[in-house]
Amino acid sequence: MALLQIAEPGMSAEPHKHRLAAGIDLGTTNSLVATVRNGIAVCLADEEGRTMLPSVVRYHADGRIECGCAAMQAQARDPKNTIVSVKRFMGRGLKDVAHVESSPYDFIDAPGMVRLRTVQGVKSPVEVSAEILRALRRRAEASLGGELTGVVITVPAYFDDAQRQATKDAATLAGLNVLRLLNEPTAAAVAYGLDNASEGVYAVYDLGGGTFDLSILKLSRGIFEVLATNGDAALGGDDFDHRLFCWILDQACIEPPSSEDARLLQMKARETKELLTSCAEAPIHVRLGSGEEISLSISREQFEDITAHLVRKTLAPMRKALRDAGLDAEAVKGVVMVGGATRMPQIQRSVAEFFGQEPLTNLDPDKVVALGAAIQANVLAGNRKDEDDWLLLDVIPLSLGLETMGGLTEKLVPRNSTLPIARAQEFTTFKDGQTAMAFHVVQGERELVSDCRSLARFELRGIPPMVAGAARIRVTFQVDADGLLSVSAREMSSGVEASVLVKPSYGLTDDEIAGMLRAGVDHANDDMRARALREQQVEGQRLIEATEHALGEDGDLLDGEERAAIAAAINELRAACGASDHHRIRRLIDELARATADFAARRMDRSVRAALAGHKVDEIPL
Amino acid sequence: MAVTLSESAARHVSNFIAKRGKGYGIRLGVRTSGCSGMAYKLEFVDATEDQDLVFESHGVKVVVDPKSLPYIDGTELDFVREGLNEGFKFNNPNVKDACGCGESFNV
Repeated sequence: MALLQIAEPGMSAEPHKHRLAAGIDLGTTNSLVATVRNGIAVCLADEEGRTMLPSVVRYHADGRIECGCAAMQAQARDPKNTIVSVKRFMGRGLKDVAHVESSPYDFIDAPGMVRLRTVQGVKSPVEVSAEILRALRRRAEASLGGELTGVVITVPAYFDDAQRQATKDAATLAGLNVLRLLNEPTAAAVAYGLDNASEGVYAVYDLGGGTFDLSILKLSRGIFEVLATNGDAALGGDDFDHRLFCWILDQACIEPPSSEDARLLQMKARETKELLTSCAEAPIHVRLGSGEEISLSISREQFEDITAHLVRKTLAPMRKALRDAGLDAEAVKGVVMVGGATRMPQIQRSVAEFFGQEPLTNLDPDKVVALGAAIQANVLAGNRKDEDDWLLLDVIPLSLGLETMGGLTEKLVPRNSTLPIARAQEFTTFKDGQTAMAFHVVQGERELVSDCRSLARFELRGIPPMVAGAARIRVTFQVDADGLLSVSAREMSSGVEASVLVKPSYGLTDDEIAGMLRAGVDHANDDMRARALREQQVEGQRLIEATEHALGEDGDLLDGEERAAIAAAINELRAACGASDHHRIRRLIDELARATADFAARRMDRSVRAALAGHKVDEIPL
Repeated sequence: MAVTLSESAARHVSNFIAKRGKGYGIRLGVRTSGCSGMAYKLEFVDATEDQDLVFESHGVKVVVDPKSLPYIDGTELDFVREGLNEGFKFNNPNVKDACGCGESFNV
């Protein structure tokens, strides 16, 4: 007999039509699955009562695949086949992965995404993640007594398209229907916003295992709006472990350790970090593979000293996010802490100091994201009434645009635009008779394409031949609720169309996201000058081309002297276009325009005469 | 005529209502749909209707609409665990046969 749950008034499901939905926090270190049962979001536990599933997958030689605690225990024994923190590799190339040298895996650099060689063959991070999702799916279906209708999976706000797509692919591989990908800080706000029903501006400080996200959110009348996001895609609790791991190596004078020892010491470092949250001093006793024993002790002060730079690294994204949102720290009504690493006293202290208030910690920081995802999944699966439906707005982290003539960026979707979004703009041809147009989709804050990140290229062919500037090509950027981008171009008179779905082959490198944002600000003046120069260069070249074309067709209208004057003006302008003084280019453009004014008038007369020749007056439409 | 809750069910319902932050009680009822005649309805109640009958069981208000009552009179709602799954179960003396899944039934 099926067990029933209490529904909201009027929302009892039809028999066999229960819309079982779950929220999944697919974390770097731990993953969780939650659902809304009897009106309350709860994390689902396994048979042992544990809600957190270590994001660890172990491949056995006999074909078995283990996931979670059992796999984690084998870390030290079987490091090459026991994959931890696989989220760091999602949608990333080998060069983007931090700490490759201290990872015990056999990496294979494959196009698009790094691969891992295991005893069961080469595995992609997508396949490894799918194993974690499968384990969560089994747990959820056993707990809910039926098949899942759909899930909401959370991702860091800074995940780019490749990483989001990889996450979706992993879910598909695990047989899950993804209702939506949701930014982790947004999910945390959902959990807090609904449970506490407080309106105002909040900051979400999410220091997870491998990523740091800072989001500024506005909660009002049940509507969530993300005002700004910032962060560091390569900073997390793991880095604190790593720092402590290096400290142990240093203190114990260990030469580069074997991979078994490295794993053992990394686990010890993590344990010690957790111990220092509640204790002022922690002992470190380890017996290495060689039989050598290490016996050390570290105080909380020492630990805070060696990790102070990591804590400081979280401050800059906080400042930037506030600036993007146009707010002071005082405007923030509350700070939500997410991620196990926020239990560290030095983190809570620095956040309290920055915002001038104690951060909120009344929900379990490890569970809050999964709970929010579950609430969102419950809504999307249709288990709530329309009247208390609410909107959830996310933003895109970096501007999206197109390359235009001269290598300039035309931003179509500015950063921090709310999702989903569609923006269209019309472009035109540059040359007479141009029948094709190349589009280059870029992401970033800089004015020059060469300073932005290239996402995709595509071509629109079959444009009917027309004079330059006559074709109307409508380019539409569409970013769906999951942050995935599609771009289409359509020539309006003929209807020819081309489009591209952006699945960039590489993730951004560690510093790129932060660097791109910083560069946008730091280079604002350079960029302005560069843009002005390129614009004048493009305009100058266009005028030279048009003039030369006209000389070729109607050069006989000019006498030698006039012709020489125009040629001289062209040469001078051409020389200026090669240099970098945009004022001079502008002046010479004006001069050339003046020098050809007469010529243009004569050409006009001739073409009018040609058009009228052989026609009677009454044939001419007036 | 009465519909009751087991002690375990009552404890869970009170707990759920407290966490939900509002609610007068729970509604038990039936609907004419499903693969074998009738289907159960189990919902939170924010406001009762004029015709509703209200019972009290272990301190929890149990609301039943008069049309449903004949089908579920004498029912005790229980809260049970089956493996990882947990939820409410209708122990309904009126049921003659139920579909395999137990979600719908005939009287």
